[in-house]
Amino acid sequence: MSQQIPIHDGLFTWPATKPQLLGSQCRQCAETTFPAQPDCRSCGARETNVIELGDRGILWTWTIQTFMPKEPYHSDETPETFRPYGVGYVEMPGGVRVEARLQANSPDQLKIGMLMQLDIIPFRTEANGNQKMTFSFSPVEES
Amino acid sequence: MDVAIIGIGLHRFGRSPDMSGLQQGASAVRAALADAGLSWADMQFAYGGSQDGGNADALVNELGLTGLQFTNIWNGCATGGSSLHAAYSAIKSGEYDVGVVVGFDKHPRGAFNPQPKEWGLDQWYGETGLMLTTQFFALKTQRYMHDHDITEDALIRVSEKAFKNGSLTPTAWRQQALSYEQIANSAMISHPLRKYMFCSPAEGGAALIICNADKAHQYCSKPLFLKAAAVRTRHYGSFEVFAPSQAMEVADAPTVTASEAAFEQAGIGPEDVDVMQLQDTDSGTEIMHMAENGFCEHGEQEKLLREGATGINGRLPINTDGGCLANGEPVGASGLRQVYEVCVQLRGEGGARQVPNQPKVGYTHVYGAPGISGVNIITK
Repeated sequence: MSQQIPIHDGLFTWPATKPQLLGSQCRQCAETTFPAQPDCRSCGARETNVIELGDRGILWTWTIQTFMPKEPYHSDETPETFRPYGVGYVEMPGGVRVEARLQANSPDQLKIGMLMQLDIIPFRTEANGNQKMTFSFSPVEES
Repeated sequence: MDVAIIGIGLHRFGRSPDMSGLQQGASAVRAALADAGLSWADMQFAYGGSQDGGNADALVNELGLTGLQFTNIWNGCATGGSSLHAAYSAIKSGEYDVGVVVGFDKHPRGAFNPQPKEWGLDQWYGETGLMLTTQFFALKTQRYMHDHDITEDALIRVSEKAFKNGSLTPTAWRQQALSYEQIANSAMISHPLRKYMFCSPAEGGAALIICNADKAHQYCSKPLFLKAAAVRTRHYGSFEVFAPSQAMEVADAPTVTASEAAFEQAGIGPEDVDVMQLQDTDSGTEIMHMAENGFCEHGEQEKLLREGATGINGRLPINTDGGCLANGEPVGASGLRQVYEVCVQLRGEGGARQVPNQPKVGYTHVYGAPGISGVNIITK
């Protein structure tokens, strides 16, 4: 039976009813980074804790990837089926801006300062039928 | 002790289908030696680098096995700046009197495809399509335009100037001027940057003969002087390429610190510079680098561009040979092409693209992944 597997361990809590991005926070200087790492990039201390960064954030900057990247890009698209995707940095309540794919892929859907929601989505299907899951953000609909 | 530049050589940028990258490097060295009136056997040391063209020290197979000290340098887009810095230090230390700095490359067509593990990153970052230099420059430009009220007009004008200058430069790859409308209507590649706002990976070679200034007049009647060479890497919080996350507080880019260090070494300021080369892998970065290098305030660029201040006859002549936009970017050679062009301008040999009023002080700046900048200041 096919399974859904995270593209890399430790990037997000999943499966979960409300998945969160995971980062690390320095026990000395309290700076936060994504993905989690054992050393602090700010002060060089070797003591960090894994923390949840949240599942919503503010779009800090964005672009749209219009052409299919060369390898190491590894989706299950072909040049014919490639669909442009958004890329942005999202300011997380955990105290760091995280680079991510965005599901919106047209300039009129994206604006600096807008609220974004984390989604864990299938990225590619392997030959054995397993789906690799990655993190992505989409704009929160104004209600 | 001062450091002099007594020979400059270029192997034309663009495509040389019949030559390897290494051969293009050798061609540039031969041109620089001829310019200096010296032979390869006179060279006491060499620093060189290439991304895709092979190990620079293999050049001895082309140029002669003379036994000289030859050190390979690899520092991303800042390879040329780092090689020149190494040569500067070798002369300053008093260990050597004369040597060569060389860079060359031969890239396949299309965007670069860096591998995550070579940059200390996990594979998912590349697999999911986040590891593209084009993307980063678009993301940084987008935020910069938002913060400093810069519009697409400025991006278009940078490209318009680049291709105009390229059309005046016999060694440039892109020799055709493009109209404002052609640039404005070109395909959107990575919002806000369009097709004619990006440079392309290319081929080419560049070389410089560096000498102890006290001995320069033995070889050369009009040496130029390398007054400063500074290379700096990123600080915590600076917004850099290949960064899965970014600190909340944005720190100065490595360009700012490299530039400040170079001005301090040279004992001059931005107002003293007559001609400059600023890394322009895309038109957005040229705009940001104008301010990061201290040549204007953040947000002032659009007005300067509209006034033509950065053109050949303006008060801030930037990328007089068309820069990376018109020359393409053979990574290993690109930073040394900048120095070559500034030397051409200071010698007054720029022909149709010569900056008027006999420029005396030149400035070059490279920026590369994953956040490294190299700045050089050259004077008459």
